[in-house]
Amino acid sequence: MTASNSSADRLPRLLALVPYLLARPGIPIDEAAADFEVTPRQLRKDLELLWMCGLPGYGPGDLIDLSFEGETVTVTFDAGMSRPLRLTAAEATALLVALRALAETPGVADKAAVRRAVAKIEAAVGQAQPAGVAVGLAVREGPETALVRDAVSAGVLRGRALRLRYYTPSRDEVTDRVVDPMRLLLVEGRSYLEAWCRLADGVRLFRLDRVDGVDVLDEAASPPPHAEPTDTSEGLFRPDPSQRTAVLVLEPDARWVAEYYPVDGLTELAEGRARVLMRYADTPWMVRLLLGLGGEVRVERPAELAEAVARQAEAALRRADHLPAT
Amino acid sequence: MAIARAERLVNLVLCLLSTRQYLSAERIRAIVPGYADAVTDEAFFRMFERDKTELRDLGVPLEIGRNSGVDGPDGYRIARRDYELGDIDLEPDEAAAVALAARLWDSPQFTGAAHGALIKLRAAGVDVDQDVHVAVEPKVRTSEPAFPPLLAAVQQGRVVEFDYRRPVPVEVRRRTVEPWGVVAWRGRWYLVGHDRDRRAPRCFRLSRIVGEVAALGKAGAVQRPDAVDLLSFVARSEPTTQNVATATLWVARGKAQGVRRRARPVGEREYDGEPGDLLEIDLRFPDSAANWIAGFGPDVLVLEPEVLAKTVREKLVGALRGAGVRA
Repeated sequence: MTASNSSADRLPRLLALVPYLLARPGIPIDEAAADFEVTPRQLRKDLELLWMCGLPGYGPGDLIDLSFEGETVTVTFDAGMSRPLRLTAAEATALLVALRALAETPGVADKAAVRRAVAKIEAAVGQAQPAGVAVGLAVREGPETALVRDAVSAGVLRGRALRLRYYTPSRDEVTDRVVDPMRLLLVEGRSYLEAWCRLADGVRLFRLDRVDGVDVLDEAASPPPHAEPTDTSEGLFRPDPSQRTAVLVLEPDARWVAEYYPVDGLTELAEGRARVLMRYADTPWMVRLLLGLGGEVRVERPAELAEAVARQAEAALRRADHLPAT
Repeated sequence: MAIARAERLVNLVLCLLSTRQYLSAERIRAIVPGYADAVTDEAFFRMFERDKTELRDLGVPLEIGRNSGVDGPDGYRIARRDYELGDIDLEPDEAAAVALAARLWDSPQFTGAAHGALIKLRAAGVDVDQDVHVAVEPKVRTSEPAFPPLLAAVQQGRVVEFDYRRPVPVEVRRRTVEPWGVVAWRGRWYLVGHDRDRRAPRCFRLSRIVGEVAALGKAGAVQRPDAVDLLSFVARSEPTTQNVATATLWVARGKAQGVRRRARPVGEREYDGEPGDLLEIDLRFPDSAANWIAGFGPDVLVLEPEVLAKTVREKLVGALRGAGVRA
């Protein structure tokens, strides 16, 4: 929570505060502070400032008047500021594009409610200017994942622990684990369950298309109090200091690697190639990726990684050469 | 003590909202507390210019005009009907949708704006509970470097130019586009617009834009056709799924779980002195399937179809070369 005093953040709040309080006589100051996402201390400062403001004349009857009772506040004179300022184009765009995205996507929100909200907000905002931004939340997932999602969301909504059969690509292993669901996320075309994993003893994101089985348990979900939701604003995967870094040269056909995986420092080379530094945690996983990219990637560093790729490729070719014709 | 800037600005808004007459800068200087702090004319005008800019940036509709029958400089006022948000009353389910929508963005361009919209709706008396419990929480990021300049160009109606990398056939080429909109579809961002070189509407994946986006010419030069539905334009441009192909694989016993979980066992066979299973698998994207199968190295062999076996082999030979070994 940031209690910024710069007028760029503060002025919009000050202009909204009087009409906000006007609509809620006797609201606890703590509650108002929470709605504006500032500390109660900052909100009191804002109220003290507003108390000094008013209409020309600036006498007792011209100034905004507030009455405090215990920990609550009521506006007794609004000095003509009874309604909030209109939404800016950017605010209307941010909200309406998001609402339309929800309306387009099945299973995320009550579509009828979303449509009614869109119509009301458009009417209140004034001209419904086409925004030039559109968002679809459809997923890149098969029909099996839709079934998993139904079961998992039942667990989330009913607050039940889940037993998951989960495939971990980095280790190429399927494990059974009991998790305490926290929420379902839909990010960049894929669904994830965020849950406290009792096996790993930490918060984990489970990609639903990697869930091979799910049982809703009779047990209540109880993530420990210190289980913090993942901050998705920096992407789902955080650089981990224990990760290693490979230096790869991607041919144009393999450039998608830089779009899909965490890479640092991309250097453009001739003929559409690129050199990237790619972080990876598990060598066997990295070897699998590189084998599959056969010919489209050159491994410059580390030497052990290049050797591991060569060893696996040789073994595979030797075995394939023994294959009887079918 | 100097009066806080925020206090001066609130007083300025209240003053201009309460007047029907246009007030000249000099009148405002005399009336609104805080401007008296400016000792010189120059200091006052600098202060007043900054204040006007800040109010305009916030979307406060400052009107400039002259009162009828009066000579003199232009004055200022705020028309209440342009300033005030219209009446709005949301049912609880509608307010819940708004709360979810405001949380959608993980984006430097939109997160703050959505929050600002929420504050104003609350100030209009709508109760929006941010802790509303939802089945799925969608998040949309706008982390592509090309996003901010393209969004700005779309909003300003300016033509853009950028280098664009096409995967098949491989080429990087300069494109000049009249942008109509930016669109997120299945987790990826696209630019939709009129491609001046192709003389046709096209969509471009933002992650394939190489280097900087340059905006050209005047604002307002681009007119988006009314009939265009951005989302379905992108949806139509996506390649459709290829036919499902079935393959038969040999998988070493206990290995390649990633393959096993998607396949049906059809038998067992020892091979190359190693026990294993015969599996059948449906492949929706045969091209990427070869990459994926090759990744398992000696643990997975393709028995059928032959074309897949050959592709996997080529990948492995290529991987040897990429690892610095001449095949």
